[in-house]
Amino acid sequence: MTLSRRNLLAGAAGSAALATTVARADDPAITELPDWSVYLGDGVDAAPYGVPSEYEADAIRRDVPWLTADPVSSVNFTPLHKLEGIITPNGLCFERHHSGVAQIDPTEHRLMINGLVDKPLVFTMEDIRRFPRENRIYFLECAANTGMEWRGAQLNGCQFTHGMVHCVQYTGVPLRYLLEEAGVRTNAKWIMPEGADASAMTRSIPLEKALDDCMVAFAMNGEALRPEQGYPLRIVVPGWEGNMWVKWLRRIEVGDEPWHHREETSKYTDLLESGKARRFTWEMDVKSVITNPSPQAPITHGKGHTVLSGIAWSGRGTVERVDVSIDGGRNWTTARIDGPSHTKALHRFYHEFDWDGSPLLLQSRAIDSEGWVQPTKDALRAMRGTESIYHNNSIQTWHVRKGGEVENVEVG
Amino acid sequence: MSKWAEPGVAALVIIALATPAFAEGYGLGRPATDAEIAAWDIDIRPDGQGLPEGQGTPLEGEEIYAGQCAVCHGDFGEGVDRWPILVGGFDTLTEDRPVKTIGSYWPFASTVWDYVHRAMPFGEAQSLSDDEVYAIVAYLLYMNDIIEDEEAVLSRETFADVEMPNADGFIPDDRPDMATLQQGEPCMRDCTDAPLKVIMRARVLDVTPEGE
Ligand code: HEC
Repeated sequence: MTLSRRNLLAGAAGSAALATTVARADDPAITELPDWSVYLGDGVDAAPYGVPSEYEADAIRRDVPWLTADPVSSVNFTPLHKLEGIITPNGLCFERHHSGVAQIDPTEHRLMINGLVDKPLVFTMEDIRRFPRENRIYFLECAANTGMEWRGAQLNGCQFTHGMVHCVQYTGVPLRYLLEEAGVRTNAKWIMPEGADASAMTRSIPLEKALDDCMVAFAMNGEALRPEQGYPLRIVVPGWEGNMWVKWLRRIEVGDEPWHHREETSKYTDLLESGKARRFTWEMDVKSVITNPSPQAPITHGKGHTVLSGIAWSGRGTVERVDVSIDGGRNWTTARIDGPSHTKALHRFYHEFDWDGSPLLLQSRAIDSEGWVQPTKDALRAMRGTESIYHNNSIQTWHVRKGGEVENVEVG
Repeated sequence: MSKWAEPGVAALVIIALATPAFAEGYGLGRPATDAEIAAWDIDIRPDGQGLPEGQGTPLEGEEIYAGQCAVCHGDFGEGVDRWPILVGGFDTLTEDRPVKTIGSYWPFASTVWDYVHRAMPFGEAQSLSDDEVYAIVAYLLYMNDIIEDEEAVLSRETFADVEMPNADGFIPDDRPDMATLQQGEPCMRDCTDAPLKVIMRARVLDVTPEGE
């Protein structure tokens, strides 16, 4: 990048000047002994289940109270600006419930498979754990993620604009094994997972997808599912709308037609300017966002070497490339993807540059293994209008001011 | 690939080979009884599959609605505070602020039956009898001008007669509607004419929650 070469030289000259002219005061963090270097800390019995440092109290899920009428049918957001790598810690995975968090005794939980099968079956959790298991890392994104931004920049923070996504390692059983156990009839084309909570969530899923890569999962990131993520059992529908990943899974019906239930008619259909709505828009499109810097994570170190970091994902495969712009989309540089690249999982990207302290307009643009390219907001709105609610995968712009403060903006 | 995990010891190999994996499955789970299936199999489809015996009229539904639903959804389905609106919004789907309701948006009446029965009233799910659900659904359709006669009987037999105004309002997923690499590589240099300006800021709208 030509810009950074020039900046690099200027920056190097600047810091050399600093080193020779400023005599630094001694750092008390080094010259004075802190308490933790003198006194004993807690013993191994203090925290049977560990929690983060008290200095990380900011790394929490947050909600937007005015979005919904009642917190039991609402959503909170993953603090993306506080996270590293590609795995979301279990306690920080965003939540969306329609009737609150069901608290289920696993010994009382059953999974039924009925409908177009030879043998309708009932499984206990113990039965499910006796099938061969698989471990898979997948992102889960709510189709309404970034939905508040269709009409224009609204929420100041990637936690709120993009925080309805998380990525964990699931342990579970390929759904295929359970369906084969029940014997799927030849005229079957669809399945319908159903939840055991008070919303009894349902979605129609094509049988082809169910037999391809769907799982029933009982663990996330190595431990049992959290109650808010569907303990003791949820269905995993890789790359597809989070709403389809039914939690507290109690039943799977096999059928020959879709059910057209509330969550695939009234909700999760994408209204276009023509007044017609797309339905069954299952795949989550290729998308990325810069998590640092971002409105909740301003640049505090002043000009000089700066690490830009972000996440990218696609419901259609892996992320092949992420381009980054610091001038509002005029010029782009390919970012560095670091860490594992799993299909339908988060990818972590970095762009290191020398900040000259002038205002920046940061953007990221992801391209997936199928060749789909993350669109600009203008391109998406020109095609779909502003009333789709769902599937807003457009390019986000952050405005970095001179002082390092960052805000959510649109450019034109 | 075989469903069997790679056996580590010889004894396991023999067991694995002796068990025909696909034909018999794993022998896990037990048959569901008819009563168990009946208890859980509550879903309703547009073709009427799943609809139980029973019936109700808008007039009967009005009373149940007033007692069990109006507190959140409003006497006329207009939605109290931010609780969902259930009635009206006709011909607004192409407008600036479309109002999506059972009358203006929902393509199938079966969805109303299925959803009210499985999830409403909020906080007391699956507490309504089948007759009560028929009556409430009839009343919701009546309020949305879909059923005109307040004494019309809604039942499994008459359900197929209901015509939803927005039944033809849906199209299949036709993505990609955005450029892919097939249309060429995205621009990398001098992609816009003039240097870009900020034209809108989130702070102007000031809708970010407290503490941010
Ligand atoms: C305590 C408040 C409350 C009561 C009482 C209540 N509801 Fe609801 N209703 C809700 C909420 C909240 C939702 C949205 C739930 C969600 O997020 O999935 C909803 C959703 C609905 C919907 C779907 C709306 C849409 O556009 O998708 C229908 C239909 C409905 N309710 C009907 C009823 C009926 C009929 C009753 C009475 C039997 C009832 N409700 C009682 C709160 C209530």
